Amino acid sequence: MLETGNEMIDRVINSRGFDNFDFRFIGLVFAILGVGVLSIYSVTHDQGVAFPFYAKQLVWIALGTVAFLVMWLSDYHRIARLAYPAYAIILILLIVVLFEGRSSRGAQRWIPIGQFAFQPSEFAKLVLILTLAHYYSEAPRVGWLQRVVLPGLLVLPGLLLILKQPDLGSGLSFMAIYAAMLLMVGVRSKALGIILLFSLMLFPFAWELVWGSLHDYQRQRIMTFVDPVYDPGGKGYHALQSKIAIGAGELMGKGLYGGTQSQLKFLPEGHTDFVFSVFAEEWGFLGVLALLVLFVTLIWLSLEIVARAKDQLGALLAVGIICMLCFCIVINIGMTVGMFPIVGIPLPLMSYGGSATIMTMASLGLLLNIKRRRLSFF
Amino acid sequence: MATAGLHDSELGELQRRLVILRVGLLLVVALLGLRLWHLQIREGPYYRDLSENNRTRSVIIEPARGLIYDRNGVLLANNVPSFTLYVSLEDVKDRDLLIEKLGNLLGLDPSLIRSKLTARGSKQLPRKVKGRLTLREATLIEAHRLDLPGVMVQVESQRNYPGGVTASHLLGYVGEVSPEQLEKPEFADLHQGSIVGQYGVEKFFDRQLRGQAGQKNVEVDAVGHEKQTAVVEQPHAGDNLYLTIDVRLQKVAESLLGEESGAIVALDPRTGDVLAMASRPGFDSNILSRELTPKQWAEIVQDEGRPLNNRASQGQYPPGSVFKVMMAAAALETKAITPSTSIYCNGGYQFGRRLYHDWKAGGHGSVDLRHALVHSCDVYFYTVGQRMGIETMASFAHQFGLGEETGIELPSERVGIVPSDAWKRKAKNEAWLPGETISASIGQGYVNVTPLQMASLIGTIANNGVTFRPRLVQAVLDRATGELQQRVATPKRTVQLRPEIIPLIKEALAGVVKEGTATRAKSALVTIAGKTGTAQVAALRTGPEKDIPKKFRDHAWFVAFAPVEAPAIAVAVLGEHLGHGGSASAPLAKELIEAYVKLDVPAPSSVTDGAVVRKGDAGDRERDDRPGD
Repeated sequence: MLETGNEMIDRVINSRGFDNFDFRFIGLVFAILGVGVLSIYSVTHDQGVAFPFYAKQLVWIALGTVAFLVMWLSDYHRIARLAYPAYAIILILLIVVLFEGRSSRGAQRWIPIGQFAFQPSEFAKLVLILTLAHYYSEAPRVGWLQRVVLPGLLVLPGLLLILKQPDLGSGLSFMAIYAAMLLMVGVRSKALGIILLFSLMLFPFAWELVWGSLHDYQRQRIMTFVDPVYDPGGKGYHALQSKIAIGAGELMGKGLYGGTQSQLKFLPEGHTDFVFSVFAEEWGFLGVLALLVLFVTLIWLSLEIVARAKDQLGALLAVGIICMLCFCIVINIGMTVGMFPIVGIPLPLMSYGGSATIMTMASLGLLLNIKRRRLSFF
Repeated sequence: MATAGLHDSELGELQRRLVILRVGLLLVVALLGLRLWHLQIREGPYYRDLSENNRTRSVIIEPARGLIYDRNGVLLANNVPSFTLYVSLEDVKDRDLLIEKLGNLLGLDPSLIRSKLTARGSKQLPRKVKGRLTLREATLIEAHRLDLPGVMVQVESQRNYPGGVTASHLLGYVGEVSPEQLEKPEFADLHQGSIVGQYGVEKFFDRQLRGQAGQKNVEVDAVGHEKQTAVVEQPHAGDNLYLTIDVRLQKVAESLLGEESGAIVALDPRTGDVLAMASRPGFDSNILSRELTPKQWAEIVQDEGRPLNNRASQGQYPPGSVFKVMMAAAALETKAITPSTSIYCNGGYQFGRRLYHDWKAGGHGSVDLRHALVHSCDVYFYTVGQRMGIETMASFAHQFGLGEETGIELPSERVGIVPSDAWKRKAKNEAWLPGETISASIGQGYVNVTPLQMASLIGTIANNGVTFRPRLVQAVLDRATGELQQRVATPKRTVQLRPEIIPLIKEALAGVVKEGTATRAKSALVTIAGKTGTAQVAALRTGPEKDIPKKFRDHAWFVAFAPVEAPAIAVAVLGEHLGHGGSASAPLAKELIEAYVKLDVPAPSSVTDGAVVRKGDAGDRERDDRPGD
C-alpha cells in the first residue's frame, strides 16, 4: 500500500512543503536526540569495544530518521487503515517473544535479529495508538459498550502479553494510552461511573494478577519506592544512586565525564533508563531546566497540531502519541528523582535502545504528517 | 477520506479538551522542576558528599610485623605473603545472597561470615572475612568477582614461624584482635581484623612488634576495582626483636623432653639470659596463628596434656628436695646449724604422734650438712626446718625469688606458693600447724614453684647470690630509625648471705653429681653441680613405682649449673610423673649442659650488628639441624 519514492516526492512538492513550524519541530527532536547521544557517550566512551553504545545509538537514530521520514511523508489515513492487521502482527510477535525471545534480567522482551534484538512491546505502543484512533474515527462509537468496553477488549490481549514478559513499563504505557484516549474522546459520566465501579470491584483481582505476575526485582523496586534509604547497599540501590547522581550535579553540574556516579558505575543503566540522571549529574540544574524546556516546547508544538487537526483520526492519533510521550517522559524523570517507583520506562529520544528510538521517531513523523495533512485533501 | 467529516462535533469537543492536557503537562513539569530544584539546589551539597563517599574508600595498609631472631640472628618469626578476603560493606547490594555465595565458594559457615560482617566498627572500612586463602580459593573468588560486588582479595603478610613447634610457648602466636581487646585502651589504634600477639613474646612485646598501620584513599568503581590510590599515611613496620635464646639449645631441650610432659629452663646466671625454655606438650605457632574453627579451638583447650600451658613459667609444682638448697643457705645464715653440725638420721622423724619418713628406709646414719645435701637426707632438713621455723624459711625463700614473679617478659607468669602463717590464714583461713613446717622443710606440702623460679634459684647460687631478672630480649631493632638498642641486663637482688656460705653449698652440690643422688648427671666434658628433687603427687603411695598409674607418679626435678668453677649455665628440669629426679631428670640436664658446652658460646654475649650479618649462615645451619628434614 505504500507509495513509491517518486509519488512521495511529488506529494512533498505539491503540498506546501517544509515550513517554519516543521523546522522548529525537527530541530527540537534532533536537539534532544543529540543531548541523549552525548550522555550515552559520556557513560560508555571508555567501554573498550569496537562498537560502543553511543555509536550504535547513532545507527538507531539514522534508522529512526528513515522511519520519521516515511511516517511524515505518507498518508496517515492509509497508515491508519493498516492498524488492525498491524495490531494482529504485533500480537503474534508478542506471543513469539514469549517462546523464542531473549531474556535479560528475568524478562523476556526481545526477538533476536542477527546481532541485534527487536522489542515488539515498544512498537506495540504506536500500533495501539493507531488501532484505537482508527477504531474511534471509523464510525460513531455511541454508548459505553462501544466507547469503553470494546476498545478495552482490544487493549487487553496486548496488555496481558506484555505483562507476561514481564514488562511493567510498557504495560503501564499501554494502560495510559488507553486511558488518555478514552478521556480525550470523551466518556459520558454514566459510562465513566460504570468503569470506576467495575475497576473498584476488579481491583483485588487485578492487583493479584498484576502483583503476582511481577518478578521479585520489580516488586522490590516498587516496595523500595516507599523507603529507599532503608538499605543503601540493597534493594533501594538504584533509586538512591540515581538521586545521589542528580543531587550531586547541583546548579552547574560536574561537566562532561565529570559525573563520578555514572563514570564509576555506581549508577546502573546510565545509558538506558537512567540517562537523565547522567545528564543531570554532568550538567546540573541549569542543564536540566534547559532539557525540560526542550521537552515541553516539543509537546507544546505537538498540542498545536492536535488543535489544528482537520479530522478526528488525526487528532486522536496526535493525542495518543502526545500522551504516550508525556507519560514516558514524566514517569522516567519521576523515577530517577525518586517520585515514582522504578518501572523500567526509557526516556524518549534520550535513552539508548533501537526499538524505542525508532518507534519514537516514527511517532513524531506521524505527528508532523497530521499537521501537513491539514491542508491537503485528496 | 470522507470519514473525517462525520465527527466534526466530536473533533471540536476533543480539541476543547486539550486544555486538560496543557494544564496537566505544565503542572506535572512544574512538580518535576520543583523536585529537581530540591534535589540539586537545596540538598545538592548533601548528595555531593554522598557521591564523594561513594567513590572513595579508606583502606588500611597493614604494617609489617617486627621479625623475631634468636641470639645468633636465626630467624624465628617472619611474615610471608598470603591472600586475605575482605568485604566492603558499602558495595554489597544483597548481603544474604553474598553470604550464601561466599559460603558455597569457600565452604565457610554462613553464620561465621555473617558475624564478621555485622561486627561493630566503621562501615567505611572493609571487613576481613577470611585470611590465608589457598591459591585455589583466591582464584575462585577472582573468577566470580563480578557476581560478588564488594568482595576483595588482598595480598597481605601472614605471620610465619619457620620452626613451627620450636620455642612455640616462648614465641607464642598471633591472632585477630578480639572484640573484648578492642575495648581496651592499649588496642585503641587498632580495628577489627588487626593482627596482634595473643601469647608469648608476640603478646608481651606486641606494642613493639605491631608497628603502626597506614592508610590510603582509594577511588573505586561500583564493582570495587581500584582506579586511583593516594597514600594518606605510610605504615610503620614493627621493631625486630633479638631474643636471648639459642635456638640450637632450645631444640636440644625440646627433644630431650620428647613425648614426656615437663619443662626445661636454661639461664645464663651471669646475665639472666634465657638460653632455652622448653615446655611439653607444645603446639605449632603457625597453626594457632591461623583462624581456627571453634571446634579446633575446643580440641586444643580441652586437650588433657594442656599444650597451651607454658609449664616453664606457668606450671607450679612442689620443689621437693631442690628446696634443700635454699634451706641449707638459710640455716647457715641464721646459724641454725654450722657446716659441721651433725644429725643422726634413723630413717624417720617423730613429731607429735606422727613419724615423718626419710626417703631412704633405714636412714643415712650420722650426717653433716654436705652429706645431707649430697644424699638428700630428709631427716636432717626436718630438723633444720624445725629449728628455723616457717617464717624464717619463708623470708629466705622470698629472697631467692620464690612466691613472686621472676619478671620474665612473658604474659601470665605464675608465682607459686611460699607458705607461712599469714599465707595460710589468708588462703585457707586456718592457722599454721607445726607439722606443716616439717613437710615444707623438704619442699613438700604447700610449697609450690615454677621451673623458671628453680632455674633462677640455682642460677643465684651459681652467680654467688646475685639474681638477674630472667630476660628474653637482648636487643631491639627500631625499624623506623634503623637503630639497634641493646637492653642491659640488670641485677635484681643479692641474697643476704655471709660470703663463705655459697662456696660451701656449691661444693656440696658438685658432690651431688660426683658421688650423691645425681651421679647420672656426671659429665666427661664439664663439671656439673646440681640437686635432685622429687615432688610428691599423691600423698599415699603403696607398692613399687611401676605399679602406680602414671598420673599419680611423682614429678622428677633436677637443677644444675656448670661449669662448677665458673658457672655459665643454670638449668632446671622438671619431668612430670617421671619419678625420681636423680634417675629421670639429671641425665637430661647433663645432656643439655653438654650440648651447650659443645656449642662453644663465647662468654657473656651481647648482640651486635654482626648478629644481623650472621643471620644468613646461621639460618642455613638451623635448616641443616632440623630433624627429619
